[in-house]
Formats: sequence, C-alpha cells, structure tokens
Amino acid sequence: MKLTGAEILTHYLADEGVEFLFGYPGGAVLHIYDALYRQDKVKHVLVRHEQAATHAADGYARSTGKPGVVLVTSGPGATNAVTGIATAYMDSIPMVVITGQVPTHLIGNDAFQEVDSVGITRPCVKHNFLVKDVNDLALTLKKAFYVASTGRPGPVVVDIPKDVTAATADYVYPKQIEMRSYNPVVKGHGGQIKKAVKLIAQAKRPMFYTGGGVVLDNASKALIQLAHAVGAPVTNTSMGLGGFPASDNQYVGMLGMHGTYEANMAISNCDLMIAIGARFDDRVTGNIEKFAPHAKIIHVDIDPSSISKNVKVDVPIVGGVNNVVKAMLKQIKETGVKVNKPALKEWWKQIDQWRALECLKYKTDGDKIKPQFALDTLYKVTKGDAFVTSDVGQHQMWAAQYYRFDKPRRWINSGGLGTMGFGLPAAMGVQLAHPKATVACVTGEGSIQMNIQELSTCMQYHLPIKIVCLNNGFLGMVRQWQEFFYDRRYSSSYMESLPDFVKLAESYGHVGIQVHKPEDVEAAMQDAFKMKDRLVFLDILTDPEENVYPMVPTGAGLDEMILI
Amino acid sequence: MRHIISILMENEAGALSRVAGLFSARGYNIESLTVAPTEDNTLSRMTLVTRGSDDIVEQITKQLNKLIDVVKLVDLTEGPHIEREMMMIKVKASTIESRTEVMRLAEIFRGRIIDVTPSSFTIELTGKGDKLDAFIDALDKAPILETVRSGVSGISRGAKSLHV
Repeated sequence: MKLTGAEILTHYLADEGVEFLFGYPGGAVLHIYDALYRQDKVKHVLVRHEQAATHAADGYARSTGKPGVVLVTSGPGATNAVTGIATAYMDSIPMVVITGQVPTHLIGNDAFQEVDSVGITRPCVKHNFLVKDVNDLALTLKKAFYVASTGRPGPVVVDIPKDVTAATADYVYPKQIEMRSYNPVVKGHGGQIKKAVKLIAQAKRPMFYTGGGVVLDNASKALIQLAHAVGAPVTNTSMGLGGFPASDNQYVGMLGMHGTYEANMAISNCDLMIAIGARFDDRVTGNIEKFAPHAKIIHVDIDPSSISKNVKVDVPIVGGVNNVVKAMLKQIKETGVKVNKPALKEWWKQIDQWRALECLKYKTDGDKIKPQFALDTLYKVTKGDAFVTSDVGQHQMWAAQYYRFDKPRRWINSGGLGTMGFGLPAAMGVQLAHPKATVACVTGEGSIQMNIQELSTCMQYHLPIKIVCLNNGFLGMVRQWQEFFYDRRYSSSYMESLPDFVKLAESYGHVGIQVHKPEDVEAAMQDAFKMKDRLVFLDILTDPEENVYPMVPTGAGLDEMILI
Repeated sequence: MRHIISILMENEAGALSRVAGLFSARGYNIESLTVAPTEDNTLSRMTLVTRGSDDIVEQITKQLNKLIDVVKLVDLTEGPHIEREMMMIKVKASTIESRTEVMRLAEIFRGRIIDVTPSSFTIELTGKGDKLDAFIDALDKAPILETVRSGVSGISRGAKSLHV
C-alpha cells in the first residue's frame, strides 16, 4: 500500500511504540500534522515553545528509558529546539527530533523559514539525517531510533523536506537494522575485568564513583550488589543520583563542586577509584592535578572517548555498564576474591570521622525560610518517592543535596549543559509518562520564567505537577559567585519586577500558594501535594543570601572546599 | 608529533563536514585533508594529517571513530607506510634561459610538464611533502605564478589493508 511520507512517519512512530510526540506545528510540517489528525495511536502534545517540546521529550526519556520524540517545523521551529537538543546531548539522553524542512527544490534558496537544520544541530547531536527521498524515510527513521537509543545514547535529528512528506512510497516497518559503521560495544573485555577485580582485592581504601551511565543503562541493581560485595563507599555524580540509594549506609553523598565533605575527602584519599558510567567532568574533579592523587583508577564506560579524556586511568573497560558491573561481580564470586576487611574497617573509621562534620547542616532559627529546609520538607512530605525535576542554579544543587534519592530515574536535571528553563517542561514529560506519580519541579524565580508559558500546556493536558519555586529574588548561583569572587558586586543578578506567581498560576487556571514563614512550609506542601488533580505553584520566599555549601572554588582540589 | 590518519567512511552528504566540524569544535589541528570515493562508491577514503601529543591523537582517533559515518580508521604513522602528495605548479618562463632551467629542474625532480604557453610552464610533481618543498625552493629564479597541492594521501606498506 502506498502511503505519503507524512503517513509513513505516523505509521512508523506507532509501530515503534511511540506514545507521545511533543511538538508545535508550522508550514513545513502541515502534511505531518494532517496525518497525525487522521490517526489515534500516537498522542501529540502541543507545547507553547519548541524548546519545551525537547525538554518534555527529554523528561519522558529520562524517567522511562525510552527515547523521547519531538516534531517541530523548519526554521525557527528547529532553532528553538536546539537548546533542548544540546541539553539531551550533554547528558546522553535518547531522543529523536523530527524537523520539517522547506521543499527539496527550495533548499539553499534562503526560502521562508529555511535554516540548515542538519548543519546547525551537527555539533550537538549524536547523528542527524536529511531525508531527500520518501523511499528512504522508514529506514532512516529506524536508523535514527537505533542510533539514539543504543551505545552511549543521544539525540538524533531527522530533517524532512515538505515535498518528501507529500510524496508516496510503500511502507513496511523495518524490523531489523544493521549499520556497518555503527556497532557499539556491549560486553567488557574479560582480561580487563580480571585486572580490575585484582585491583579491588589489593585495595585498602577503595571507592566507587558512579554517574549517569548507571542510570542510563539500568545498572542500579547490579551496582548495589557489587558495592555491597566490595564494601566500599559510593559517591554519585549529579547525573548519577539515585543510581545508588542515598539511604544505603555505604553512600557518602554527591561529590564535586557542591559535593559532601565525606565524598570529596574520600575521593582525595582513596587508593582505588572504581569509576562507573561517569566522565570526570570539571565540576566533579575540581583541579584535575589534585583529583584522587593516591588512587589507581578503573574506568567503566560505554564510550571509549570518555576514557582517559580528562584523567589517565589504569584499567579502562569499554562496555555497557550493566554488563560490565555484572561481569565484575561474577568474577569476584567465582574466583572467591576477598577484599581486605581490616583495611576497609580503618577506611570506614576515617570516613565516619568526615561524616561526623555534618557538612550539610544548616541554621533553622530565624524568620527566613532556608531553602535547604524547604527541600528537607519536600522530601518529608513526598516521603522521598517523588520524581523531582529541577532547573539550574542554587535550587538545583540544594535539591541534589537534600532530596535523598533512593531510586534511579527519579532525579531529572540538566547536568551537563545546565539549561535554565528545563524543569517545568521536563516535568510535563515525566508526568505524562507516569500519570499517577508525584512530580515536583524544583525551580527558582529566575529559571521558571524561562519556560513559564508551559503552564498553559499543563492546563491543556491536566498535568498535576507541583512547582516548588525557591524564590529568593536573586539569580542565586550568579549572586553567590559574585559574593565570593567579585567582592559582592551583584551585577544583573537581582531580579526586579517579578510577577505575582500566585496570580500568574491562577490566570492559567492553576492553584498558587505563597509561603513566607518557615512554620508554614510543611502545611503548604501538604496541602499542595494533596491536590492530586491540580497543578500547584508553591512560591516559597526564601532567605535571599543563602549560599550553597560545601563549595570547591574553581582551581582548587576537592579537599580544599569552603564548608560554611 | 605528526600523524596521518586514514579514514574509511560512508560516502554520504555531510560526512566531510562532520569530520571538519569535529576538529574545529574540539580545537584539533588539521594540516591537510583529502577525500575521494573508493572503488566501492558507497565508501569514501579520507587522509587527514594532524599534529598533537599522544593523548590528543588518541582522543582524535576515538572521537573520529565515534562519528556514525566513520566505518574504520587507521593511524598510518603507527607502522610502515607510504605517503604521497601531488602538486601542480605554474611558473613564468618566457626567456630561453628560464625555460631551459625550469625543464632541467623538472627533470631532476621527476616532474612532468603538463601545459605550455609561450610565457609559462605548468609542472606536475608527485612525492612526499618535503620533496615538493625542495622543488619550490629550487625554483627560486623562476617566478611562481600559482601552486596547487593535493594534500597528503597515504597507504600502509605490506599486504594488510584498510577495507570493510
């Protein structure tokens, strides 16, 4: 049966099992929107700005593990999507973005709403395609989904000219795909795994440093088993939170610039680092010369280019994290390798001393709401079982520090690119994927205004997200850096003329609650989270000049942090 | 250190710009780059000359391998190999004296004269880059009108080969 390109696309998405398509119509994609109208398998979610479409698809992908799918028009539709594509790229999130393009004969003509989408997105996608022939469409889509969701995942853009969506071709869902130029490694090298286990057996002060790869490859269960078998402390990166449960006694908190004292000190003093699905990002390592100076390093990662990029490692293992961790565990069990228990005991004694400092303690007296207290309360009220999306800045770090994630895929944040405006649209994707779940968007008055228009989308699709806005009237993280490093010259970090967020929420048909006093925080949150069918905007006025501690200043080693 | 990286890649639109884009985005050097389809016209063969420390070249090869269009690559400088570059050079030669001199030099360097006018010669010369450089130096008496060099192409010595 002959189908138009637009119909091939909608049939393909349905056959691929795509539930939601996040998008915004325009001239170049009108045929596709018409085909969407004539089917009921793929649900289209109409956002209010294309950036939000990509973040919503991203939130969907992070919380489910399935690729998020986006449809935007040519020109500004595509350029507006770029921020979200780059966000997904930096955090290795599987995503397929379909961009409309002007008709083939007009490409290169400076036609209305024409941009070189393939060229613009090239540096921030895992791969991209321009489909010039309708006969190639189904196979190209298959390749796009395959590339996006295998190996180290990432966004893939498929640019489809308007005439290709009108032309007809036979459609068969391509079940299998093989690409001679793309064969991601799955299994780790047996010899390297043996070497790694040997190092584990010799270690006196071993340490796990685990990142987003654990979450992406669903390796959490295997990691917990391996960590328990080894008995070493575990630290998570921001991207890895929930990959190892925060309530586990072996967990020492997040590491890096705003990591805990115990995590950063353990990193600085360990003699073996087992890095799993983490990429030694500059916010994690601080001064690279001073990073884990005494440690031999085992690095497990699916991407060979992540290995020895920033830090030279002793035992690189390229492979799927879940596979490799399981293989390491098997190797330990089969060979009966024993860890050095007396040395570990000493190591834990030391770690407990660092822990005793209680670096995340904060003052609760006074009449100002401490942001840390607000997040502690959020944890309490949601029983630690919410999906928490966040924007970028101080609130993001506090959420990472104080919301103690026990499960993977619960902490949804833009770790690599640091995209303000991510939180609310990401929460939409999460809520659509998990309609019954509690979804909180932790944000600030700065970030939320970067995609505030999505309150309208939330109303249209009845998304009962709870927005927890820590409103301190400052672009807090900018202000904090200006306080520390620019002699308190608060250049453009103060926000004047803020809207009345309660009225704003109400004008979109939602519920708004403002909280001024510490004693009202818990009750307001209880009320908000009880409203299961409403979006509630909690505008929490927090201490304007609170800082995120601990903090490792730029250029310092992890053991040189400012504690308070 | 100078490295010659030989890349077998899908002969797709945009494949070249993916490589060029990677080098500019990550701040790597490209000294020269040549590309053309192979005997299998679905594949292109690219030869890329770059400079960098061992760490950087390791990253370069890993990043290149990560490009979806790249099928295989080899760092030719890791083993015995042959490299060649072709140059076409147009020189002014209007007097008998200069014409004789240019012809003599071309012969010494095993170049071929491929175009002649009453006032100019165009010479084709193939070899390693330093040979081409030496020819240019030797020509100093004959004014050079135009030089075009192909960039380096390379292949490994022996029976092993870079193929799918």
